[in-house]
Amino acid sequence: MTHRIPRWLILFCGLVYLFLHLPIFVLMLFSFNDSKFSVDWRGFTLRWYQRLLERPDILRGLKISLIVGIAATVISALLGTLIALALARHRFRGRRAFEGFLYLPIVTPEIVVGISLLILFALLNVSLGVTTITVAHVAFCISFVVVVVLARLEGMDQHLEEAALILGADEITTFWKVTVPQLWPGILAGALLAFTMSFDDFVITSFVSGSGSSTLPIVVYGMVRKNVEPSINAISTIILLVTSVLIYVADRLVRER
Amino acid sequence: MTAARPKDSPVVEFVGVSKTFGDVKAVDTVSFEINRGEFFSLLGPSGCGKTTTLRLLAGFEEPDEDGGEVRLLGQMVNRKRPYERRIAMVFQNYALFPHLTVERNVSFGLEQRKTPSTEIGDRVRRALEMVRLKPDVFSRRMPSQLSGGQRQRVALARALVLEPAILLLDEPLGAIDLKLRKEMQLELKALNQQLGTTFIYVTHDQEEALTMSDRIAVMDNGRVAQLGTPAEIYENPRTAFVAKFIGESNFFEGRVVERAAGHWVVRREDGESFKVPSHPGLSEGSEARIAVRPEWMDVCTPGGIPPGENALSGVVRDIIYLGETMHLIVTVPGSGDVTVAVRNEGQLIKPLGWKRGDRVAVAWLPEDCQVLEHE
Amino acid sequence: MGKIREQALSWLYRRPEAQAWALLGPGAFWLLAFFLVPILIMFVYSLMPRGIYGGVARGFTLEHYARFIDPLYLDVLQRTFVWSIACTVICLVLGYPVAYVIVRSGRWRNLLLFLVVLPFWTSFLVRTFAMIFLMRDTGLINNWLLKLGLVQQSLTILYTPFAVMVGLVYGFLPFMILPIYASLEKLDLSLLEAAEVLGARPRARFRRVTLPLSMPGVVAGCLLVFIPALGSFLTADLLGGAKEMMIGNLVQNQFSAARNWPFGSAASFIVMALVLAAVMVYLRVKDPTPGKIR
Repeated sequence: MTHRIPRWLILFCGLVYLFLHLPIFVLMLFSFNDSKFSVDWRGFTLRWYQRLLERPDILRGLKISLIVGIAATVISALLGTLIALALARHRFRGRRAFEGFLYLPIVTPEIVVGISLLILFALLNVSLGVTTITVAHVAFCISFVVVVVLARLEGMDQHLEEAALILGADEITTFWKVTVPQLWPGILAGALLAFTMSFDDFVITSFVSGSGSSTLPIVVYGMVRKNVEPSINAISTIILLVTSVLIYVADRLVRER
Repeated sequence: MTAARPKDSPVVEFVGVSKTFGDVKAVDTVSFEINRGEFFSLLGPSGCGKTTTLRLLAGFEEPDEDGGEVRLLGQMVNRKRPYERRIAMVFQNYALFPHLTVERNVSFGLEQRKTPSTEIGDRVRRALEMVRLKPDVFSRRMPSQLSGGQRQRVALARALVLEPAILLLDEPLGAIDLKLRKEMQLELKALNQQLGTTFIYVTHDQEEALTMSDRIAVMDNGRVAQLGTPAEIYENPRTAFVAKFIGESNFFEGRVVERAAGHWVVRREDGESFKVPSHPGLSEGSEARIAVRPEWMDVCTPGGIPPGENALSGVVRDIIYLGETMHLIVTVPGSGDVTVAVRNEGQLIKPLGWKRGDRVAVAWLPEDCQVLEHE
Repeated sequence: MGKIREQALSWLYRRPEAQAWALLGPGAFWLLAFFLVPILIMFVYSLMPRGIYGGVARGFTLEHYARFIDPLYLDVLQRTFVWSIACTVICLVLGYPVAYVIVRSGRWRNLLLFLVVLPFWTSFLVRTFAMIFLMRDTGLINNWLLKLGLVQQSLTILYTPFAVMVGLVYGFLPFMILPIYASLEKLDLSLLEAAEVLGARPRARFRRVTLPLSMPGVVAGCLLVFIPALGSFLTADLLGGAKEMMIGNLVQNQFSAARNWPFGSAASFIVMALVLAAVMVYLRVKDPTPGKIR
């Protein structure tokens, strides 16, 4: 760029970035504050993290979040990849409509998704628990997986599959030996994204979880409402760090090649 | 008489094949035969159907319902999938598997055929050596670590290791720079002769096709405009399209007026006439169009026309220096610009002697007229 | 086994549409059953009278939708609308310059971009809690205000419309930045150079070249903020008081304390309708012909 950016503009942007990141930074910082109520810095401690280990509700929430997360990720990665393959490789009637349909879960407000599923489960007399949460999570994760994998598929050289066919591999063999290895980073990135969204989700989960199946965000929400101690900062920090790592990895995978 | 096929039956037969995409007939009732060991090219501009034809041979496309037959080695293969046909292919952008080493790329086809692993190693080595890549250096490399030319060779090795009877090549040298391209053209031709494998080669580069092929099928709009040896195509183009696409041509039109000994006389609109060799397609009164290549013409003074030659008068518009040849652009009323190619004997020692604005005649022998068919 | 495989493949090969639907089937079924159908049921519920325990009773009624004429509920709708628009405008004012700077930041670009993408994907709940931590009466901001003697007693920042607005902007700002960045990035710099050669000064170049050509990104960003803001729930829930209800909170209320599922469904459907209307607008305005350079 030949023209320098005006100084006031840089300052302005600096402030905006500060606005975006300072609250989180402060939140994380105070997870190490050696004081239960005061917002003054009283010294460094790890006791709030230790506290987390002592809280059965947190541990249980973590366990359920992981179970739901992994299950939802695997299912949505599978279904999403299949859909992406269909969209990338085939022309079929109703394709436009289907693409639109696929984007609906992304724009639909979580509150609408949440209560509509609650209504469904109530109607079917299904008790709310890990299964209903997983079902809900898959429903909103599929579309994201499709977007990521589709992008990867469209960048793939179609002749690779033809080369395999002419070298003697039938369609199934070609899929496993050529298509999947190529797609793999995309599928993995989609899966990481799905896991992140499932792990972080609160609104939808709050409607479809039963009293015994609180995920970690639900436990944290309860803690926030009751306004207790810096352990909230601690668990928040952990959630943030885990998410950041996953997003970073997904980002690298998508850039690869 | 045994039922065995005679040794020189064609390895590829295209019998009235058509392929339609939507409203477009990409291949329109095309027929040809290719013989064992031939270097056969499909030549034409983009969209002419040459790539579709190749894909029909490979099995990536199937002919229309009543769209003729594709036969390989005597067998009808219309409904056979690519992996059921014993045919090999080299792709335009190489299509090497990025996640496999050079070695695994080359052995891919052998693995699919369940070749014993003891044999694979050897055959891979020999294939790499055949394309002049040292196995010790290149076997373990990944495609991303290779240059364009090297990738092309690996793609070739991957196909040839299967010892196919037929090899399809889809504009394999398109992405390679000029000097390397010429080298590879010679290598491919040498491999074709050495191995006795039938090569079917798609290209839009007419020079390439003329250099390498035993026979060329020039395609236009889904049909074969002309099929023949490079000499036949170049020296006796059958249609205006072929005359234009291959090399350069000058075109002249007129009406056939009379038949003389072995010749027809064609009269132009402006009254001048010229002689053309007798041709079955001509009859008295019919319209005729001929092509004459620049190098078959000469420029002379209006009075100095060699006897027996056709001539038309015009004015020199431009002289272009091309090194080996000189191109004289002569404006002939009624025919626009006519290009005459003359050998350059050294303008500094033996200059042509013509200059812009000179009144001249362009002349050529009647035998050098190519009577063109209506398209 | 090999024979079956061959047969299946050749059967499928001749029918490309069957292949497509075989692949789409499972996912499509899931979305149909667990996304579309529930919403349709919800719509039907919104037309049924309330049952004894808060569920639905048989019948047909438009009373739940009619209730929105009541000023109490109109108020909620209006507030939701106004806040969403305000949030969009503020995000635009804050976000456009940031996108502009990122595009021109040279080697810092990837880092700056990542720093915007990251909040995009981080837990909304955690980010909202960060706001609480700062804004509550015993929070960090008040702490420092008191310490520095700028105020005598804690300001009530939390549980005010101001807090909700800050929370909304904080939550949705990345959604504005990314699309604008994407469209600015595609801007052909030679257009600016041409304008400069023709005598246009920096401000004019921006006004007449950059701004019009980045319009698609601006529109996308505005809708990507406006739409989720309309349906937002958590921000108003945690940062606003009970009085500062957005329509999302109204819906949630009907499914917990107020126990009026049909009414909640109607409210929810209204949100859905607003969102869909906004999406339609977006699709109309998307990819217009390259902006006229006046």
